[in-house]
Amino acid sequence: MQSLTNRSKVVSNKHLSLAERLYLPAIFGGLRITFKHMFKKKATISYPEEQRDHGRLYRGQHVLKRDEQGRENCTACGLCAVACPAEAITMVAGERKKGEEHLYREEKYAIEYNINMLRCIFCGLCEEACPKDAIYLTDRIAESNYQRGQFIFTKDKLVEGIDKSDRIDVSDRRKAVRKGAM
Amino acid sequence: MDPILIFKLVLVFVLFAVSLGIAAYSTYAERKIAGFMQDRLGPNRAGPFGLLQPLADGVKMFMKEDIIPETSNRFLFIAGPAITMITALMTSAVIPWGPEITINDVKVPLQVADINIGVLYVLGVVSLGVYGIMIGGWASNNKYSLLGAVRASSQMISYELAMGMSIIAIVMSSSSLSLGDIVAGQSGWGGMHWNIFIQPLGCLIFIICAFAECNRTPFDLPESETELVGGYHTEYSSMKLGFYLFAEYVNMFISSAMISCLYFGGYNFPGMEAVQGNMGEIPFALICFVVLFAKILFFVFFFMWIRWTIPRFRFDQLMNLGWKVLFPLAILNVLITGAVIIFF
Repeated sequence: MQSLTNRSKVVSNKHLSLAERLYLPAIFGGLRITFKHMFKKKATISYPEEQRDHGRLYRGQHVLKRDEQGRENCTACGLCAVACPAEAITMVAGERKKGEEHLYREEKYAIEYNINMLRCIFCGLCEEACPKDAIYLTDRIAESNYQRGQFIFTKDKLVEGIDKSDRIDVSDRRKAVRKGAM
Repeated sequence: MDPILIFKLVLVFVLFAVSLGIAAYSTYAERKIAGFMQDRLGPNRAGPFGLLQPLADGVKMFMKEDIIPETSNRFLFIAGPAITMITALMTSAVIPWGPEITINDVKVPLQVADINIGVLYVLGVVSLGVYGIMIGGWASNNKYSLLGAVRASSQMISYELAMGMSIIAIVMSSSSLSLGDIVAGQSGWGGMHWNIFIQPLGCLIFIICAFAECNRTPFDLPESETELVGGYHTEYSSMKLGFYLFAEYVNMFISSAMISCLYFGGYNFPGMEAVQGNMGEIPFALICFVVLFAKILFFVFFFMWIRWTIPRFRFDQLMNLGWKVLFPLAILNVLITGAVIIFF
């Protein structure tokens, strides 16, 4: 029968020669190869000390942004939580009291804002959903822990600092998200 | 007390400590070499370069729960690893670690016991090693353990024949059963009168059989984890398992010492006569000791090198190799050696 492709090959079933049957040359060949590998560059990256470069748009640990005056952007609208396919985000909304205007930008804010990092799949849908420019993924790698409870990141881990030096630059991601949302 | 007796006692303790230390660091070396050969780094977290890894492993083994299965034979279950360890350590008694030194005008070999049937002693103790594995596997009352034990005993008995035959050729050519004499006899030709040049075939057979006796890859069928869960030590946990694993490394060390002594000149090295003339007895003995150790460490490395190169045999291939190839070749080797001795 004629074959449809010419990819198949006729395999020879020839008997092994004496040198091949001794196996010793083959074994020494193998030993040479493994010995060479001992001096090759290692593929390992020793993680905490060494970090692999990642792109500017890397989707790592989240940040809750503040505005220019250091007020939290988040109004606890819950759109991120609804958009989240892994249901990692939960929050408790509250009303801003008198005298807290310097802390929260609008009248409503998130008293609690938790992200379960074991559920999060770092898809970035929360930042696309956010109408208040409040949540972004950053290029920081989410820290590991020994206990499951510690993977639920609360506001003290998520909100960026008030000082200009503590702010986290998300301009690249912001640009990308805006472009994607268009 | 007799100074010679004290010397021997010290030697016993030093050997004991060295064997265990080498075995401990062999586990580290094995993992490191495995890593390097697979383009990885190997253990490097415990201490600098991971040097404390054997300690961490040991502590881990001790901390683990020690389970003795309800249906096992309790006495034999405990005896198994103990026998394996004892037999592994016993062989080192007859290995000559260096040339003779003088204590109180008496020449003392650097050897725990220079018994005149050293080679037979080694063969005997190695055979006893089967018991540890067989008893452990049988007492576990587990089919995987039993299969592993059966494989181990049939393999070790099969390869002992070829091993014994290759040693007989050595005994014929050096006309002594004492390991001390065999090593001392290899000092000719400026320290290069090694038996491997006289008995290349025997050397090859012996090395292959040594691999099989140590249950090392490609002969690690008794504990082939992909087929038999863990082989004869499936039911073992905690330090009993540790003993089995550890005994393997002690065996490897002793086998390397035997290979070095029987075929690679033991403590003899090229140019040793010139060195001997230029320095005292004890520094010379130390140099010889270091030379022997270098050879042993090379063979320990060789054991690991082979392990990360060659895959495991199938059981019928293993038996074919042992009975149909190595055994006849070993007999042929004895015949040739005999013919050469008679006619030349």
